[in-house]
Order: sequence, then C-alpha cells, then structure tokens
Amino acid sequence: MPTVIRVLIPVPLQALTRTGREVEVRVESPASVEMVLDALEAEYPMLRGTLRDQVSKQRRPFIRFFACGEDLSLEPATNPLPDDVVSGREPLWVVGAMAGG
Amino acid sequence: MSTVRVLVGTRKGAFVLTSDTGRENWQIRGPFFAGWEIYHLKGSPVDPNRLYASQTSGWFGQVIQRSNDGGDTWEAAGNKFVYEGTPGTHQWYDGTQHPWEFKRVWKLEPSLTDLDVVYAGVEDAALFQSSDGAQTWQELPALRDVKGNLWSPGAGGMCLHTIIQDPGNPQRLFTAISAAGAFRTDDGGQSWQAITAGLKSNFELADSDAEVGHCVHSMAMHPSHPGTLFMQKHWDVMRTDDAGELWYEVSGNLPSDFGFAIAVHSHEPGTVYVVPIKSDSEHFPPDGMLRVYRSRAGGNEWEALTKGLPQNNCYVNVLRSAMAVDSLDPCGVYFGTTGGQVYVSADAGDSWSAIVHDLPAVLSVEVQCLP
Repeated sequence: MPTVIRVLIPVPLQALTRTGREVEVRVESPASVEMVLDALEAEYPMLRGTLRDQVSKQRRPFIRFFACGEDLSLEPATNPLPDDVVSGREPLWVVGAMAGG
Repeated sequence: MSTVRVLVGTRKGAFVLTSDTGRENWQIRGPFFAGWEIYHLKGSPVDPNRLYASQTSGWFGQVIQRSNDGGDTWEAAGNKFVYEGTPGTHQWYDGTQHPWEFKRVWKLEPSLTDLDVVYAGVEDAALFQSSDGAQTWQELPALRDVKGNLWSPGAGGMCLHTIIQDPGNPQRLFTAISAAGAFRTDDGGQSWQAITAGLKSNFELADSDAEVGHCVHSMAMHPSHPGTLFMQKHWDVMRTDDAGELWYEVSGNLPSDFGFAIAVHSHEPGTVYVVPIKSDSEHFPPDGMLRVYRSRAGGNEWEALTKGLPQNNCYVNVLRSAMAVDSLDPCGVYFGTTGGQVYVSADAGDSWSAIVHDLPAVLSVEVQCLP
C-alpha cells in the first residue's frame, strides 16, 4: 500500500526543484531511504546526482539523512524508515552537512 | 539596436551584463544559481539564445543548466557524466596511481555548426559530447588513451579546460588539460594525438619535453587562422602555426611568462592578449600592477596596457577562462578577476573600465554580440 512521505530538502536545492522546503513523495511499504530517493528523483529529475551518485547510488559525502532525531546516513539505505516518518508525523530530513569555516 | 551580452561565471553564481555597442552603460542581472560555483557559461554560435551553464557544488555535485531564451529562464539538463568502460587510473600528486573520478564540468563548448551538439570538458580530465542539447552525455574516451595513466592534476585539479573547434573542419578539435598537455583530434574525437612538441616544462617534469604531463593553462585561436594557436602554459607563452605539430615560445619581453588567460583579437589574427601573473606561488600581477599585455606581432613583442587598470596595490588573479573578446569593431576585450571586477576595453585594450567591481571571484567570462 502506498505511503506518503514528507521530505525536507536542502535549501540550495529548492531553486532546482522550485518548491518549498518540504515536498511529499509516494512510495510503497515498507518505505526506506532508498525508495524515497527513487521517488524523489522520479518526481524531481533535476535532483539526480545531487544527493547520491547516479550509477553507484552511493550517498554524496556531504549529504546526510535524519529522521526522528536519528542520523540514518550510515545505515543501509534499504532499512525501513521509522514509524513516525511512515505515518507522516515526522519528515525525513535531507541535509547538506555543515562544513567549512 | 545591437546588444553586447557578457556571461560571467563566479564562485557564487552567474551574472549577465548587457550593453549597447558603445559598451559604456551596462545593466547587470543576477546572481543566477546563487551560492553555486558557476565554472562556465557559454552561448551557442548557432543560436545565441541557447545558453549552457556548469553549476557545481562540493555538497551537491554537478548540475548543467540550459536556457533557450538568452538567460531569462533556465532548466536543469542532463548531468550524468559516466566514463566509458573502466576508467582506470592516472598519476597522483605523489606519483602513485589514482582512480579516475568525475568531479565537475570546467568547460561547456557549444558546436559551431550544430545547435544540439555541445562538448563538456570535465575533471578528472575527459571530454564528453552531447548531441541532444545537453540532455545526455557520452564520453569521447580515446582521448584518455593518449597516455592517460601519466596525466596528473595541477593545483586546480586535473581538468580539461579548453575546447576549440576548427571552424573550417568541425571534425578537428583541440583540447588542453592541466596537467596533461594539449591534444588534437581530426576525426571528431575517435582518435587523438598529443600536440606538445616544442613545449618545455623544465621545473615540472623529469623529462622536460615529455609527450604528456605539461601544465597547459589555456589556448586561443583566431577562426580565420585555425592552424595558429596561442598557449599560456604554466610557464611560457607558446605559439604553433601548424595545428600543434610544433610549438615555439613567444614570451619575449613579458614581465612574467606565467599566467592563465589568453585571447586573440577578433579581427587581427596576430594580436594576442595575456595577463602576466608573477608566479605559481604568488597568484597576483607583478608589482601589484594589473596589466594586460598585447602583442600585435603574434608574440615576442608585448606592450603593457594599463589605462584604467589599477597600477598599485592590486593583488587579484585572472583565471584561465576569464578573458574573452567580442566581434565588434573596434574589438572589445573583457576579463574578470578573483577580486570580483569585470573590466571592459572597447578599444582593443587601449583603455579599460570596470563594468562591475564587487562580484564574487570570477571564474569565466564569455561575450556575445546580438543583432
């Protein structure tokens, strides 16, 4: 059964998507980061390559994924998302890591 | 009324500067793609309203932007740059071998003859071609067969930064790579040869006249003399009159033969412009004086052009893609600096004025003349 996932995208990418900070994507259950990214890139093709490599699907080094106060970045992208994200109570945060001085 | 449009790529976005042909009163638009590094913007010679921009970020990777209306609106185009086959390794700074990894697009060169053909020069160095207006990209991999394992990155990365198409023979392309050298194809990219005979890199290569490994900073050609190329190498300003079969030095009386940018007058094939930079460790003009040097003799004899340029306490750099000429008469010459100035000369370099003073560091400058 499809699930609607709320996704917060980094501010610099909003000029590409021409959306606000939050977008919604529809994915099949059980939803995972990988499925959300697949759906996000299908809905917004201009994001391809900006969050993960287009061939290897590896997360770009300065991109992180957070949900419910947890850093999901180092977990397998196929892991199920937290229940509160699946239910829509919480968004999945896609974050450009703070770096530099 | 005719319009001059200057496309400026900077560390933090793109800017479009427009003027009538007097080139005195300018309108500034931008920043476009604010916050992103814009390595290069260029318009198609076939349709000047078709623009391409290389938008890049250490966080978000490479984006290619395309405009069909002269920059009023932009759409993200294809950004999938995948090397053909197993890309292998090249030489790293410490002499070890290092895997080829795509980092960014340095140069976008639209075809002189086909609206939908555009070339992309990338880091790690390779040449890609699109035949559908930048929607999809295919590498021309034979270039890396020219001893690619011996190429190594310059201080700015191992970038393919110069792409020149021969206007009399669209199958002939010249490319330049830091630090690999200069290359030519006569068959549209199916095969390549190094064109480095005559280059000397005494302080950079164990074999100073090796076939590859030379740190070429940029090259320029006049379209009416496609066999004559001028090169600003890491050290030395060079010239060839036989499409790269043999280069000879034309640094002559320049105060420094180090530099990045080089351009050729649009109506005088033997008039060349460079901006001497003190050295590779001090990336600023000698003596704090920003001087463009012009040779009307095709090199060797250079004159300093200083009128309107800061002649004290100036410590900016002019990067390899940051100088261009327009096709008006008198020829206009333009360059941007790492201090954020874009200068114009509407009299072939005799006098200069700043169009803007305070942009982010300028990475590239291109000029279009519109009817």
